Amino acid sequence: MSVLKLAWKNIVSNPLNLLLSIILFGLGIGLISFLMLLNTQLSENFEKNLADIDLVIGAKGSPLQMILCSMYHIDNPTGNITVDEAKAFLNPTHPLLSMSVPLSLGDSYKRHRIVGTNDGMLELYNVELDQGKLWTQDLEVTIGAGVARSTGLKIGDSFKSSHGFDDDADLAHDHSAFKVVGTLKQSGSVVDQLILTNPSTVWAVHDHTADDHDHEGHDHAHHDPPVRSNEELLEHPEKDITSLLIRYKDRTNYRTLSLPRAINENTDMQAASPPYEINKLYSLIGVGTDAIRWLAILIAFVSAISIFLSLYKSMKERKYELSLIRVMGGSRSTLFMLIVLEGIILAIIGYGVGMIISHGGMEVMSNFLQSSYRYDFTGLRMIPGDAWLLLGSIILGVVAALIPAYQASYTDIQKTLSEK
Amino acid sequence: MIKTQNLSFQYGSQKPISFPDINCESGEMMLVLGQSGVGKTTLLHLLSGLIMAKGGTVTIADQDLSKLSHKKLDHFRGQHIGVIFQKFHFIKSLNVLENLTIAQKLAGKPIDENRCKELLDNLQIGHKVNSKINELSQGETQRVAIARALVNNPAVILADEPTSALDDTNCQAVLDLLSTQAKQSGAALVIVTHDTRLKDMIDHKITIS
Repeated sequence: MSVLKLAWKNIVSNPLNLLLSIILFGLGIGLISFLMLLNTQLSENFEKNLADIDLVIGAKGSPLQMILCSMYHIDNPTGNITVDEAKAFLNPTHPLLSMSVPLSLGDSYKRHRIVGTNDGMLELYNVELDQGKLWTQDLEVTIGAGVARSTGLKIGDSFKSSHGFDDDADLAHDHSAFKVVGTLKQSGSVVDQLILTNPSTVWAVHDHTADDHDHEGHDHAHHDPPVRSNEELLEHPEKDITSLLIRYKDRTNYRTLSLPRAINENTDMQAASPPYEINKLYSLIGVGTDAIRWLAILIAFVSAISIFLSLYKSMKERKYELSLIRVMGGSRSTLFMLIVLEGIILAIIGYGVGMIISHGGMEVMSNFLQSSYRYDFTGLRMIPGDAWLLLGSIILGVVAALIPAYQASYTDIQKTLSEK
Repeated sequence: MIKTQNLSFQYGSQKPISFPDINCESGEMMLVLGQSGVGKTTLLHLLSGLIMAKGGTVTIADQDLSKLSHKKLDHFRGQHIGVIFQKFHFIKSLNVLENLTIAQKLAGKPIDENRCKELLDNLQIGHKVNSKINELSQGETQRVAIARALVNNPAVILADEPTSALDDTNCQAVLDLLSTQAKQSGAALVIVTHDTRLKDMIDHKITIS
């Protein structure tokens, strides 16, 4: 029966008394931990999906919107550009570019975006084929691992898309169905959440919609040969694409450095640098997360006060027991240690509750977060911040226990025991 | 054994109280009688070193209590003095056995559950080992208090009004129990009480007035 065991018994023998302070403490710790978990996974998401893309070229508009749309697939396009406008950058012999990947956006299936692109997309994000084959013909799709998981689509399955990101039956395109021909390996990048197909598939689907009103060109949409590579794209200068993801040959070349400005000033397109825009975004949302973080710290502080009050109250109620411990040979430091240990145990229990709140909450919310951020979130993962939080909890527990512990160790045992 | 000389104590600016000398050898039993309010509890606290005397000395097992530091005194008390309180104070979150083992632990002795169980068996409450304190009857609680006072084989057992709440039959039984247990473990037993029934049962006695 050590002092630690006694502290433990004191806490578990009267759990209702301490329930409120444990819940409060757990809530504060849980909120902080949840923020850290979300922040870690979000920034990993943003960084992983930067994929060494140096430049995004698309229609004029908000550069941040273009980046969020073309790289993270969480926003709508700023508009389309024609192949003709972009032809210089689609040219495989462009002296400054090592890669140039076209994206044609427009439709989605169950909130997973259908992207008209080519093999460069897989190379860019380092994604490999898992089963089946890559898309070649129009209306053939190869789906990301996350799409396969959340929609249950398998090779051979067919589905119909809907316009934009809306999962609304009224907006469902009335056309021949997409056919799944392959699945991709999990990569942790945004590609996991995407449905990949030919640029010409996207054109076909949209021309068809337009044909509902104007039947001109209807036959072409279905009978043109599929367009896949950049070379094939260049044969259709009148067609639209949404954007281009560019990787430079040499980032430090002065001609490379002046390329974005040249595009922005001399063409109807805009060019934006992903790291620059994302840093801007960070500094914008940083204010919000800072506010929540301070709120969480405030809750943790209030809960530390509530631990202090419960310990103080229970110490006063047990002053006979504390005097008794002295009579039985315990010293003042024994009493001090006892109360401090109770504070630490309370804090550790509260920390446990907090971990359940944050990691459980993250796991529950992961589906929702996945559809709005196009990225797999998980609560079943510890981060270094959790260990720091444990240390912080223990320190708070000790601090909350200091005054009751001091009072306990200086209880006048003779007076306490004389009270009738 | 326990011995006092010219012991006196003073509460604040009140009139000092002087106590007659006490001398109780190992295995002996001694009664300290006195009406309520004459300072019996004060004497008990002086004897157990919970407060320090204004004058005089308390010597237990050849150790002058006033010569010990706070921490050493706490330790000494745990090892050599067993106190049976008038109100039976226990640690409520612990069961009967744990209330005894914590006494061993706090006195700095190794935890010996067999010794505790043996004691409880001797006191005929061996079957209550795992009971909570608040599940015990008055008589059982008193026996646990006695067991706890004895668990570390103390040199001195101090009992505060052990019989005042009991009827005549039980009064005799508890006294017998105390004296037998004290004799068995070779401890000096000092009973502080206002219960005049004990007067005729114990030869060695002093009265405070």
